[in-house]
Amino acid sequence: MSTEPDSAAPRGPQEFEKRLPQGEAPAQFVPEATSGLKRVQHLLHAHPTAIPGIVLLVSLVFFSFVVGERFLHPFNFSLIVQQVMIIGIVGVAQTLVILTAGIDLSVGAIMVLSSMVMGRLAVEAGLPAPLAIGVGIGVGALCGGLNGLLVTRFRLPPFIVTLGTWNIFFALNLWYSASETIRAQDIETNAPLLLFFGQAVEVAGARLTYGSVFMLGLVALFWFVLNHTAWGRHVHAVGDDTDSARLAGINTDRILITVYIVAGIICALAAWALIGRIGSASPQAGQTANLDAITAVVIGGTSLFGGRGSIVGTLLGALIVGVFRNGLALSGVNVLWQEFAVGVLIIVAVAIDQWLRRTAR
Amino acid sequence: MSGDNTVLSARALVKRYGRVTALDHADFDLYPGEILAVIGDNGAGKSSLIKALTGAITPDSGTITLDGAPVAFRSPIEAREAGIETVYQNLALSPALSIVDNMFLGRELRQEGALGRVFRKLDHSRMQQEARTALSRLGLMTIQNINQPVETLSGGQRQGVAIARAAAFGRHVVIMDEPTAALGVKESRRVLDLILEVRQSGLPVVLISHNMPHVFEVADRIHIHRLGRRHAVVKPSDVSMADAVAIMTGAMAPPAQAA
Repeated sequence: MSTEPDSAAPRGPQEFEKRLPQGEAPAQFVPEATSGLKRVQHLLHAHPTAIPGIVLLVSLVFFSFVVGERFLHPFNFSLIVQQVMIIGIVGVAQTLVILTAGIDLSVGAIMVLSSMVMGRLAVEAGLPAPLAIGVGIGVGALCGGLNGLLVTRFRLPPFIVTLGTWNIFFALNLWYSASETIRAQDIETNAPLLLFFGQAVEVAGARLTYGSVFMLGLVALFWFVLNHTAWGRHVHAVGDDTDSARLAGINTDRILITVYIVAGIICALAAWALIGRIGSASPQAGQTANLDAITAVVIGGTSLFGGRGSIVGTLLGALIVGVFRNGLALSGVNVLWQEFAVGVLIIVAVAIDQWLRRTAR
Repeated sequence: MSGDNTVLSARALVKRYGRVTALDHADFDLYPGEILAVIGDNGAGKSSLIKALTGAITPDSGTITLDGAPVAFRSPIEAREAGIETVYQNLALSPALSIVDNMFLGRELRQEGALGRVFRKLDHSRMQQEARTALSRLGLMTIQNINQPVETLSGGQRQGVAIARAAAFGRHVVIMDEPTAALGVKESRRVLDLILEVRQSGLPVVLISHNMPHVFEVADRIHIHRLGRRHAVVKPSDVSMADAVAIMTGAMAPPAQAA
């Protein structure tokens, strides 16, 4: 039919390709020679929790020199852990959502609504405490489910959805509680179980509350879930590239909905811990938990663009904020400089994240 | 030419979008162990054909058979479960996840015993081992770190991972959509070698490509799609590239005897 060379020899490299180096394996994976800074960038990229780990260590050393004895006392350390306990728990929920490239602005509102449900049912309605706590956790799950439904079924941006539900849940909280605090002694006499997480054991001068232990356990649990279960890997994949995850056979909507429900349940557990921490149930409690949790997640190295980050990072992020606040307070520095320091930390953390995302292109 | 011993075949597929007929009684046949290229001008309905075969769209009428048995996929996941693997043009890889994670994305292996059943713990070491085997089968195993994120790989390496994933899990067919479109000359060359490797391993390959030199280099047969149907099937040894393009665009009548 034709005497063109390509039809005479349809196999083997094209003429122009013969000049390519021969004998190499296809798509070889060869380590590249890298400069010092590039190597640091790669190392940090491979171990994202290294940065908050180093920052925490440096700040610990710094404040032990500046403040001295009082800072280094075990009791002070246990105090820091107590102070970051709520933020740490809510931070776990927030990390899950942010890993899917979403954000949950309603975590604080879910927590306070759940705490009022637990408190009122146990103290005023006279329900057995375990049942009241169960209903409170159910309310948290429902709130999270509503967020998840709006994000997946109605394709609304998570920021807008949770900005809306934040207000809705908080209004429901004020309505349900009639803006009244449930007093500590009422809880003590009617439902001491609600104060469980406020109890503590003394270890070497440190006062370790059950709430602190619970937070550490929750972090360990979700470290396992995120790294060692298929669901955890899928949470990362959905946040990294939703379309690719869907083509790879992942039911992305199911992952998103379960993430928001689990986040709601964790917030309800934080509500229980909150009652133990402050001793009462107040509709105005935990107002700062929302932004503080996001701060912990971001300082912990989890990317707001989704797909990369870690639960351990969030714990470290929460501890960094706690150490800065505690250390600066003990140094007698004006409270406003605590806020200043946290602000600087956030911006530095996100700048590092951006730098790492540009790695190895 | 009936679909006697075909791996994947289609008869009289029709798909209409309003007044546009994307597939007009299109036929398709893929035989064991071959590389079948699908070419066609833009708008010829070639991607509709592939989407119908991989479950991304459901044809209005017509039949599809896989290994002689009729199938009707409602989603790409169903096609995948039936053993038809697709390497999408965007590769469907998750950049922040590792090579191993990506290879097993959506079909992770769980650990045996209570750890796997109760705690749903994944078997990382078995997945690493199998990923390594899959990559080395295609001559891709010079990777020093199989746990490195996919985003640290070059375009050709990513294509390699996506093809290795498809070849490892594809039980019947591997379909590749423009695998060399985004690559440079050197990397294209290597990916073409990979495609030949996949055929070598016994899996038939459907190659959708606009690149005539690439098609003529690796394909055993060429399915020319035109105006929503199979216009001709030719062998690269029988026609020239210029003729193939002429047939594809309607400038030349297809050869009387289809290959």
